[in-house]
Amino acid sequence: MEKATLTFTDVSITVNVPPGTRIIEMSEKVGSGITYGCREGDCGTCLTHVVEGAENLSEPTALELRVLQENLAGKDDRLACQCRVMGGAVKVHPG
Amino acid sequence: MTAAVPGSAPTPAFAPAGPVEIAPGVQWIGALDPVLRSFDALMKTAGGTSYNAYAVRGAAGVAIIDTVDADYADEFFARLEACARYDEIKVIVLNHLEPDHSGALPELLRRAPGARVQCSPRGLQTLRALLGADFAKYDIAPVTTGHSADLGDRVLDFYNTPNVHWPDTQCTWLGDARLLFTCDLFGSHYCDGRLFDDLVGDFRFSFEHYYDRLMRPFRSSVVAALDLLEPLDPAMIAPSHGPVLRTEPARYLRQYRRLSEPRHSFGTGTDKTLAILYVSAHGATARMAQAVLDGAAEEPGVRVSLFDLEGGELSPFVDLIEHADGIVIGTPTINNDAARAVWELLAKLVDIETRGKLGAVFGSFGWSGEAVRNVEARLQGLQMRLPEPGLKVKLHPSEAQLEDARDFGRRLAAHLTGRAAPREIGLTELAAR
Repeated sequence: MEKATLTFTDVSITVNVPPGTRIIEMSEKVGSGITYGCREGDCGTCLTHVVEGAENLSEPTALELRVLQENLAGKDDRLACQCRVMGGAVKVHPG
Repeated sequence: MTAAVPGSAPTPAFAPAGPVEIAPGVQWIGALDPVLRSFDALMKTAGGTSYNAYAVRGAAGVAIIDTVDADYADEFFARLEACARYDEIKVIVLNHLEPDHSGALPELLRRAPGARVQCSPRGLQTLRALLGADFAKYDIAPVTTGHSADLGDRVLDFYNTPNVHWPDTQCTWLGDARLLFTCDLFGSHYCDGRLFDDLVGDFRFSFEHYYDRLMRPFRSSVVAALDLLEPLDPAMIAPSHGPVLRTEPARYLRQYRRLSEPRHSFGTGTDKTLAILYVSAHGATARMAQAVLDGAAEEPGVRVSLFDLEGGELSPFVDLIEHADGIVIGTPTINNDAARAVWELLAKLVDIETRGKLGAVFGSFGWSGEAVRNVEARLQGLQMRLPEPGLKVKLHPSEAQLEDARDFGRRLAAHLTGRAAPREIGLTELAAR
């Protein structure tokens, strides 16, 4: 199986994850400061900055794109409750 | 919101009969609420409040700046109708969508369906919920800094000032009058129909109490808003609650700046600060606390301090935590949970900005040890980062366990200075946390 790693820079932890893992599934367990509100891609609370490996994340859905736009997100920001690590290495910290 | 005792409801002080002109072509069309005694279930409002809304007349039409609580809509519409026709309304500006400012919006849109609604992009999600299926019927255009609304001979400029209470907050600037509409920013829960800061009673306490309850938890966002707004040098600030500020408005900006400054900004230089706050029932958690302190103190560039929560008062601890880079909470497990003094402190932390601070938890337990995990969950709810799993010891710590606690302190301090060793873990280890 292809390997993927997800690094939370605010707590200096890298987790080896199966491809397809959502950031939300890992961030609370490692104690990252990424926090959640609705957990369903509406409120924008879990805005997360992608430091490296943005190309290894799933494409944003129409819902995520709308919420990113309404939250004036930067080009390297994603919603941790929506996006998945598809492979390779991804580094994130709270937005 | 909570009202005063029925039958004892006071009447508004000096209630204006109609709209009040606050600047040329700008009318106050708000409502007075002398009955309110608790705002947002968050703060007491001993004299009630006001819901300020404004009408700005230009050559090409009228702009309405915010509305009022739905319970006070009749008062709002009566004042509006005394200074403008609904078909003259070109723009409805919503600087913030909370119900006390958007409550009259659905009815206003029924009466002025051709008006363009302008709010911040973040306001759209609340607007969708407020209007439901009607959202699609109206002309709704999100705006941010750099956008404006043209009223013919005058222009409203928008300034995006998020998180000064809610994520959607913005301010609106009427340049020809140097008038800044700030919605909740610079507000006071103070009910006085004389409206202006130089005419109403002494509202200074209300102004600062309002800051403490509504703005202090978003101190960084307030500072960012001040950076954006101060260069405008307004001649008048028109908030959505309490007096209109026209007497040296710069002093209100300065006061917000002062209130937003760190209260404990002296003495520590560039050192990081780590506060260990603990409760101990039988001395075991206290011994762990001392060991965490000893370990953390070995890290250069970190000022570590130790406090017995039961030996102090809450308010100074809250001030301390507001400006600490990290906190470590020590608590025994009592009745399957953290000690009461710990929860009382944690409940107070909603009054300050805690996002991004380092947090950690440790404690002794006799039987089951739930307190550590319960407090960790609370710290995560406060948007803190918890780089180290909590440390638990059954009964009194052994020498080896005290060394674990010292090492726990060393690692926490290293996270503060950025010298923590990166770790790589698998799902199995993660599941065991």
